[in-house]
Amino acid sequence: MESLSNKKKVLVSKPLNLAERMYLPAIASGMATTIGHFFKKPATIKYPEQVREFSINWRGMHSLKRDEQGRERCTACGLCALSCPAEAITMIAAERKNEEKHLYREEKYASVYEINMLRCIFCGLCEEACPKEAIYLDGPIVPADYLRKDFIYGKDKLVEAPLEK
Amino acid sequence: MEIDFVIEKFILVTAIFAISLVIAMYSTYAERKVAAFLQDRLGPDRAGPFGILQPLADGVKMFMKEEIIPANANKWLFMIGPGLAMLCACIGTAVIPWGQDMMVGDRLVKLQVTDINVGLLYIFGVISLGVYGVMIGGWASNNKYSLLSSIRAASQNISYEIGMGLSIIALLLVTNSLSLREIVAQQHGWQWNVLYQPVGFIVFMVCAFAETNRAPFDLPECEAELNGGYTIEYSSMKLGFYLFAEYINMFVSSTIMAALYFGGYNYPGMDYMATLLGPTWAPLFGTLIFFLKIFAFIFFFMWVRWTIPRFRYDQLMNLGWKGLIPLAIANIIITGIVIAIVNKF
Repeated sequence: MESLSNKKKVLVSKPLNLAERMYLPAIASGMATTIGHFFKKPATIKYPEQVREFSINWRGMHSLKRDEQGRERCTACGLCALSCPAEAITMIAAERKNEEKHLYREEKYASVYEINMLRCIFCGLCEEACPKEAIYLDGPIVPADYLRKDFIYGKDKLVEAPLEK
Repeated sequence: MEIDFVIEKFILVTAIFAISLVIAMYSTYAERKVAAFLQDRLGPDRAGPFGILQPLADGVKMFMKEEIIPANANKWLFMIGPGLAMLCACIGTAVIPWGQDMMVGDRLVKLQVTDINVGLLYIFGVISLGVYGVMIGGWASNNKYSLLSSIRAASQNISYEIGMGLSIIALLLVTNSLSLREIVAQQHGWQWNVLYQPVGFIVFMVCAFAETNRAPFDLPECEAELNGGYTIEYSSMKLGFYLFAEYINMFVSSTIMAALYFGGYNYPGMDYMATLLGPTWAPLFGTLIFFLKIFAFIFFFMWVRWTIPRFRYDQLMNLGWKGLIPLAIANIIITGIVIAIVNKF
């Protein structure tokens, strides 16, 4: 059959010629290649000390944001939990008391907010669903642990550090 | 026999033994580093600065491992195997002249453990004995893979010993001596044997690779076919001894190549250095040069290992019997003719 792509290459097995049978020319060229790599910069990143730079659209551990006055933005609407395809998010809503106005921005807030990091697939849909810009996946890599219960991250691990006064 | 002669030799033997063990130890480290650099990696760098304590960590690990002797193994031979490999690797350095005669105080010290007049044959014999460690270990393990591996090792070593011996014969035609001391002393300054015997050197080097079971001739320990070859049933420090013996063999082979073909402790301008440094320090400087040559060869061994893939078994035999042996014989004939012509005129 005629080749339409013009990419077909017919291979013929020929006996080796003298230079090929001596191996030495091929060995010399191979060794020139490897010694070239000897002086190249290693590609290794020494992980615990050096960390590879993440790309700008990297999605890592979640963080619950605060507004410019240091109040939690989350209003416990549950849209993130609803949008989550892995069912990793759960929360309990509570009503804000009068003396807690400096802590929570809206009248309703999440008293418990848990993400199961073993279920989470880091798709970022919670981030997209949130109407209050309260959750972002802008953290580091979620670290390894020994027990399943330790992978359920509560507000202590998720909420941003309070503003410096 | 005087007592200071005994002390002198004792110090020399201890020093050479210690040096060759330390070099073999750090060859394992160097091999991993060279491999890493050739592959754009960093290599071991966690134990100590630049990973310099890695060989010690490996040694401790080897000693701490559980020792397993298979139930159906021949226990006696199983234990002799690694010891024999180690012994044959270590005694090879006894006849190497490490430097010129050195003046210590008013005493002339020979930097050589023993100067026997058949030094070259001795080394040849010791290298050939090395295969017994592999064969006995492989047979005593009572495992088909280790047995296949030891058969391979034996046939490979015997095949390449012929080529090696023939290349040495051409060298003997040039040097007229079997004593390593004389062979090295003849290469004073520039007169390195590699200039007179380039083909012989290449044949010798290829055979040395095969004798030490190094890549590309590491068929006896071929991981893909034999699961590690003759070491398959070995664990703990017995395995360590086998691996270690390979590195000592590499050191001894590098030493022999440097001494026979690359002038040993000789270097251009050595007469000038002798007047400059005096009779005590100039020989030591020559020894240093010798070790630099040895390290260059060790690096070459590693460089080859991380470049060339393993030969197939039929290719190995073809190269040995149809390539190197005819080449070495042709080399002998041409060398003989040239020497006869040169002597005539």
